[in-house]
Amino acid sequence: MKKDIIRKTIYSVVLAFVCIIWVLPVLAVVINSFKVNTFVKTNTFDLPTGEMNAGFSNFVKGMTFGNYPFFKSVMYSVVITVLSVGLILLFTSMAAWYIARVDNMICKIVYFLCVFSMVVPFQMVMFTLSKTADKLKLNTPFTIPIVYLGFGAGLAIFMFVGFVKSIPLELELMWVWNDYLLPYLVLDINEYRTIPIHIQYLKGSYGTVDLGATMALILLSIIPVIIFYLTCQKYIIKGVAAGAVKG
Amino acid sequence: MNKTRSKTPKESIKKHFLLFMGPVLAAFIIGFVWPFIQGIYLSFCKFRLIKDAEFIGFSNYGKAFSDASFRYSFDYTAVFAVVSLVLINVLAFTVACILTQNIKGSNLFRTVFFMPNLIGGIVLGYIWAMIFDGILSRYSTSILLETKYGFWGLIILMIWQQVGYMMIIYIAGLQAVPDDMIEAASIDGASRSQILFRITIPNVMPSITICSFLGLTNGFKLFDQNLALTGGQPFIIQSDGSAIKTTEMMALNIFNTFYGSNKSATGVAQAKAVLFFILVAGLGLLQLAYTRKREVQQ
Repeated sequence: MKKDIIRKTIYSVVLAFVCIIWVLPVLAVVINSFKVNTFVKTNTFDLPTGEMNAGFSNFVKGMTFGNYPFFKSVMYSVVITVLSVGLILLFTSMAAWYIARVDNMICKIVYFLCVFSMVVPFQMVMFTLSKTADKLKLNTPFTIPIVYLGFGAGLAIFMFVGFVKSIPLELELMWVWNDYLLPYLVLDINEYRTIPIHIQYLKGSYGTVDLGATMALILLSIIPVIIFYLTCQKYIIKGVAAGAVKG
Repeated sequence: MNKTRSKTPKESIKKHFLLFMGPVLAAFIIGFVWPFIQGIYLSFCKFRLIKDAEFIGFSNYGKAFSDASFRYSFDYTAVFAVVSLVLINVLAFTVACILTQNIKGSNLFRTVFFMPNLIGGIVLGYIWAMIFDGILSRYSTSILLETKYGFWGLIILMIWQQVGYMMIIYIAGLQAVPDDMIEAASIDGASRSQILFRITIPNVMPSITICSFLGLTNGFKLFDQNLALTGGQPFIIQSDGSAIKTTEMMALNIFNTFYGSNKSATGVAQAKAVLFFILVAGLGLLQLAYTRKREVQQ
């Protein structure tokens, strides 16, 4: 019995150590968002003290970084995510309910197509989808949720018909919020940028990259995600486990 | 009487097909069915826009197969997918085994390990690019300068992101293993490794299957992280003047063929996309067949 306690304590200590390593990358973002740009590359793992300390200037700079107000990309990300998840939840739950109840030929075909769409990688439809969305004027933050409804319907209906009710919300939420490629291809990115597009644009357009300001924006963009996770983690983890069991 | 009562609601629901199914069907056709069919068709065409599409048979596929950068990206992606699959699953399974032993702080550990999963791929890529360059700049090199740094860097990134997710699946599987089975075995004098290999692992086989295929398809479909961490760099220039991006995976290769400098390669890109689809869908079907078979056996 005593041996058991020792073993468990060792496990706890080892995992605690791994946990510290696990949060280091996030800590690195925090440290460097307060650091003067030139020191981010040379002194990545030092605390922002003395001449390296940039105070909140990276955050101030980040707000208008790349000649695009950061709050606009936050707003577009919120609009697209909320509208898309709202549409997906409302319409796919209705459809799933109908499929489960009626269960005729058309429903079987739709269900099969839903499952099929889950194994199709985005690259397969990327070009044609962006052209179709353009033609149908689904290229604004207020209409792109229809595209998300279409491309996300498969998974959501599959889950709902399988009576797994806990997954779609969190999963779809994180999917739309973090999605880069679909809005990048569909939206006019001079006008409409989501957070991932904005960050990619700043870093991707090489030349003079302000790493300090980029880290400030990255920090601002992951704070809401971490808060969301800490408040809903019970449901998120349950959802992942249930989804896996359903397969 | 009973029969009509059970039938009436179904009939009345049936009438409202358009109300219940209409919105999803319309969006599904716009967002998936039509682009998919058009995508298949265009892979046999020469086009820049879509209007000017001209049927040319299989020549796009021929060009896709003979494209050295595409073949390279297939090999690179396959190796990456397998290596990341093995490492992620071994680590996730180990952590899950420890966390299901009633140790102190297991809730906190679970929370921390899962956390990176919620950060988007682009952001992940830039976080790790900063970290790797912070280390490598001391040796005056960069993650963009050596293929092996790009490869292992992406592996580390994926481990950080995915171990927590797989761990959750394994924990669910491990918790379903009956305690009395393990207890009985230990009373019978089974050693810890015997219990692990004879009881625990066979009982969590379904979770192992799910995680393996999940890891494999995740590896094959990887895009955002690849784009943000190295963007395919470094390049090697071939004898015919074309460049191979040595850390470019399949999804990024297809993207670059579509939207790269060669504007007449859209047909080839679409053909690559179809091949990519067949590969990924094939893996999905394999998984389905495999899980079905196991279910029958049990």
